[in-house]
Amino acid sequence: MDAIVGQPLDRVDGRLKVTGGARYAAEFPVPGVVHAVLVQSSVAAGEIVAIDTSAAEGMPGVLAVITPENAEKLQADKGGEQVVSRPTLQDMQVLYNGQHVAIVVADTLDRAQAAASALKLTYKQDEAVTTMDSALNTAYRPKHFRGGARSPDSNRGDADAAFDAAAVKVDATYRTPIEHHNPMEPHATIARWDGDRVTVWTATQGISGAQHTLATLFGIPPANVRVICPYVGGGFGCKGSTWPPATLTAMAARKVGRPVKLSLTRRQMFTSNGYRPRTVQKVKLAADAGGKLVAIRHDGMSQMSMPSLGEFAEPVGLATEMLYSCPNVAVTHRLVGVNAPLPTYMRAPGEASGVFALESAMDELAVALRIDPVELRLRNYADGDEHEDKPFSLKNLRECYRQGAEAFGWSQRNPAPRSMRDGRVLIGWGMATSTYPANRRPAEALVRLQADGSVVAGSGTQDLGTGTYTVMTQVIADELGVSPRRVRFVLGDSTLPPAPGSGGSTTVASVSPAVQAACAAARQKLFSLILADPQAAGLTSADLRLANGVVLAPARRFPLSQVLARAGLEYIEGRGKTEGPPGGHSLHSFGAQFAEVRVDPDLGEIRVSRYVGAFDAGRILNAKTGRSQLIGGITYGIGMALLEETATDAETGRYVNADLAEYLVPVHPDVPLIRTIFVAGEDPVLDPLGARGIGELPMVGVAPAIANAVYHATGVRVRDLPIRIEDVLG
Amino acid sequence: MQSFGYLDPADADAAIAAAAAPGGKFIAGGTDLMQLMKDDVEAPTRIVDVEKLPYGAIEANGSGLRLGALARMSDVAAHPAVQRDYPVIAQALLASASPQLRNMATMGGNMLQRTRCHYFRDTGFPCNKRNPGSGCPAIHGENRLLAILGGSEHCIATHPSDLAVALVALDTSVELQGVGGARRTVALGDFHRLPGDTPQIETVLQPGELITALVVPPSAAARRSAYLKVRDRASFEFALVSAAVALEMQGNTIADARIAMGGVGTKPWRLPAVEAALRGQAATPENFTAAAGLAVEGAMPAGKNDFKVKLMQRTLVRALSTVAA
Ligand SMILES: Cc1cc2nc3c(=O)[nH]c(=O)nc-3n(C[C@H](O)[C@H](O)[C@H](O)COP(=O)(O)OP(=O)(O)OC[C@H]3O[C@@H](n4cnc5c(N)ncnc54)[C@H](O)[C@@H]3O)c2cc1C
Ligand code: SF4
Repeated sequence: MDAIVGQPLDRVDGRLKVTGGARYAAEFPVPGVVHAVLVQSSVAAGEIVAIDTSAAEGMPGVLAVITPENAEKLQADKGGEQVVSRPTLQDMQVLYNGQHVAIVVADTLDRAQAAASALKLTYKQDEAVTTMDSALNTAYRPKHFRGGARSPDSNRGDADAAFDAAAVKVDATYRTPIEHHNPMEPHATIARWDGDRVTVWTATQGISGAQHTLATLFGIPPANVRVICPYVGGGFGCKGSTWPPATLTAMAARKVGRPVKLSLTRRQMFTSNGYRPRTVQKVKLAADAGGKLVAIRHDGMSQMSMPSLGEFAEPVGLATEMLYSCPNVAVTHRLVGVNAPLPTYMRAPGEASGVFALESAMDELAVALRIDPVELRLRNYADGDEHEDKPFSLKNLRECYRQGAEAFGWSQRNPAPRSMRDGRVLIGWGMATSTYPANRRPAEALVRLQADGSVVAGSGTQDLGTGTYTVMTQVIADELGVSPRRVRFVLGDSTLPPAPGSGGSTTVASVSPAVQAACAAARQKLFSLILADPQAAGLTSADLRLANGVVLAPARRFPLSQVLARAGLEYIEGRGKTEGPPGGHSLHSFGAQFAEVRVDPDLGEIRVSRYVGAFDAGRILNAKTGRSQLIGGITYGIGMALLEETATDAETGRYVNADLAEYLVPVHPDVPLIRTIFVAGEDPVLDPLGARGIGELPMVGVAPAIANAVYHATGVRVRDLPIRIEDVLG
Repeated sequence: MQSFGYLDPADADAAIAAAAAPGGKFIAGGTDLMQLMKDDVEAPTRIVDVEKLPYGAIEANGSGLRLGALARMSDVAAHPAVQRDYPVIAQALLASASPQLRNMATMGGNMLQRTRCHYFRDTGFPCNKRNPGSGCPAIHGENRLLAILGGSEHCIATHPSDLAVALVALDTSVELQGVGGARRTVALGDFHRLPGDTPQIETVLQPGELITALVVPPSAAARRSAYLKVRDRASFEFALVSAAVALEMQGNTIADARIAMGGVGTKPWRLPAVEAALRGQAATPENFTAAAGLAVEGAMPAGKNDFKVKLMQRTLVRALSTVAA
């Protein structure tokens, strides 16, 4: 039988999704549910001095108006993954515009909304720091960079001395804006208490983290918290942590003694669950005349909230440490606190912003050296990870450059800016490297082989729309010799064996080995049962093969139904586990991005007209969902390059374009046909299937490839995203 | 959103009477009003649905084009006579919003859609237009999208409609019906008001006055017309700058020119000085560039929209060259 893994299997949840049968958090029919509406501040800094709830409380259907004055006191946040404990109405302080200041519960949504707008809050306003750029001189060193696992700074050799002495240099500052994830499904939670046990249906990328957070904050054992989330309507990082709205919903449900539902508005999504912070990055590159890098310095600053809300540092320099071979490399990360919500991970956190700076600078260096941009990267190819001083588990980046360049027709490029045209329209070709760490975290899974040959399996993981259901189904089908149609994989319930949050492209590499191990355990149990049978005399497990509900051996066959009946079992259960990543290798995926833009020389309109991305991401478990990830990631990158920016009113620190009419993401005519290439190769280290995650990799390097193409088209180097009409009008 | 009543009157007089009473408001396609109500920007206590009133016809004949106030954007854009004799209208419509919205939105509602100024649409901000006298944070704030012409110290918000720009260029008039059956006709160019010190008053409409039709006179220029819309995103975005240009040519000489621009003015921005400068001139790049210079006379950019001064001229030159060619 051909392997199912690798095939472009249609997503197994596709029909449910297109017919509306897939149930998202807000859609669970929980009897007796009432509705909550969040109220958010309209000042950026200060204190609430008065809350007039009288009008709201008297309105029809209102069940509770919860403010810092009467909110339940939550337990101290003891830290831990995904815990965001504030703002949860624990005090009267206001630290950003759009902060939660009250939650109103009523029997219907309309009544809750009406009461919410009748609430009167009076503030004593303090001076606010509303923009990062006005406060760069207050930059500070992160205190818990990468969870405290490493220093925010790193050094190898002496980058400054080497830079000073070098022949050819680039020294430039790059900026990326605040961006919001904007998944289609807004954050939503339904919470129901039964005594001191709570069930929450919530849109999350991590049911384990949600369970842990709620247990911690409400001071109850994790076993008393059940989290259910079978489908996620997109996350991109903003559903990675368990943000205050989920906590506040549980708080409200406890207060009114009924199940409560809270669904955020689009505007509230801009101040409730993080964002990609603004960055200001200084990059210095120096090379010898032959184009060999002699110094790299990357000083990254990212915007933070006020520190009492937590800490998130955008790790912009991590790729810089390992992407090229260079003896002298220095990287720093700093934070600038402003009165803003806490930022968070957003698709390819660190790399998306950091590689924009590094790969734009590499393009500037190529121009200064008069070396082809691909050639410059090949001359500085890193065969091993010089930062970690380890070999890569698998690195086929050279092939990515080669296959990408060939598919794109890169050799036809005239290197001079403004040299390529179609009639009056300027054509620009640009490229950039992509990289993203490959990772794996502990996960568990459970598999049940049933008498009729079908399989039920589960793990407390998530499917963000990326294809977890489908890929795990394929893994099981291969392991247990069944058709994918006879496999039912369940996820998104904290009563299942635990798995990590789905972020950092870890789900496939973490969960699939656990599923595989669970299958192997079940198979082993089955074979032991058979081998104990006198009819199996003379056989060993090496003789046995499971296919379509029958164990086959030379000249003998053992139908599963009979084996189980004889053993008096309904099913055979196997459990499997993955540990954290193996230590001896540097684990990274790579890619090469090639973009063509067309720029109207008079009107400045920039459109991406052709795109090729070639990726080295290990073995691809499903060619179709895999390609979808690439197309989606590249589209996300087009948005980052040309459209996306959350604008802040400098006077009030309030976001001004907090809705999808004004926060622009690409629409169909902004996205050309995207040619994607998976460079063949299996990762021999990360997981037994040879796979690596691919959710974030494809968006890394898109923005610089486009920026470099814009430079090539126009001769204008734009170092501040997004690149817009006014940047290239001349 | 505040709770409100809903009325579905059988005839125009009943509708007008209901809308004229305090708290009354017409609703047509609802694509703008519903959003404003959800965001608490508008809070009518009674909405008066006009969709059943008999003003949906599109009539085209020798005396011009008559667009019923309730005609849908999609239907007008697809109408053969509109496409043939008034291409600027069809193009402006097809460059507007999205197919779903165009299927709902009406001619009358389009003229009365409200500004996209970010500050106006978020009650967390002060705004003179929404809350007279509260101030205008946009003038010194995020004003990239806002007007460079026609503003006052109280408001610099643009009128966002593409269609209105095309219609203003073509000398369209607006047919109105008021309380007690009073009818009048107003030139579309006089229909919208400059903000001055009353930015909350956007049109010359009286309370309860209903738009029944938009009437476009026929012209040779209308037949040779086009709409050019410049924006960051390739579709589904309001104009940064747009131009509606209609030319009557005699050989290479411009016999008549009708020009209006969008994204730059506090109302659909007709450019009579540019038209006058072009009339009788040869259609040359030099003449277009010189005329475009007149377009931005008096422009008062506010910082983040400074680029519109240049972009406005370039857009106009491009549109003129395209239509004249
Ligand atoms: C996401 C989005 C993008 C958009 N993009 C564009 C764009 O690119 N270009 C563009 O031009 N427009 C755009 N629009 C705006 C759209 O064209 C308007 O919302 C639409 O034309 C309004 O028409 P309606 O019938 O839905 O009006 P409604 O929302 O029903 O009413 C709007 C206003 O008009 C009043 N009204 C309606 N009919 C009458 C009448 N007959 N007499 C008197 N008063 C009346 C109502 O009282 C209300 O004040 C966009 C809208 C959205 C939501
Ligand atoms: S420009 Fe006009 S609409 Fe915008 S904030 Fe100022 S007053 Fe309000």
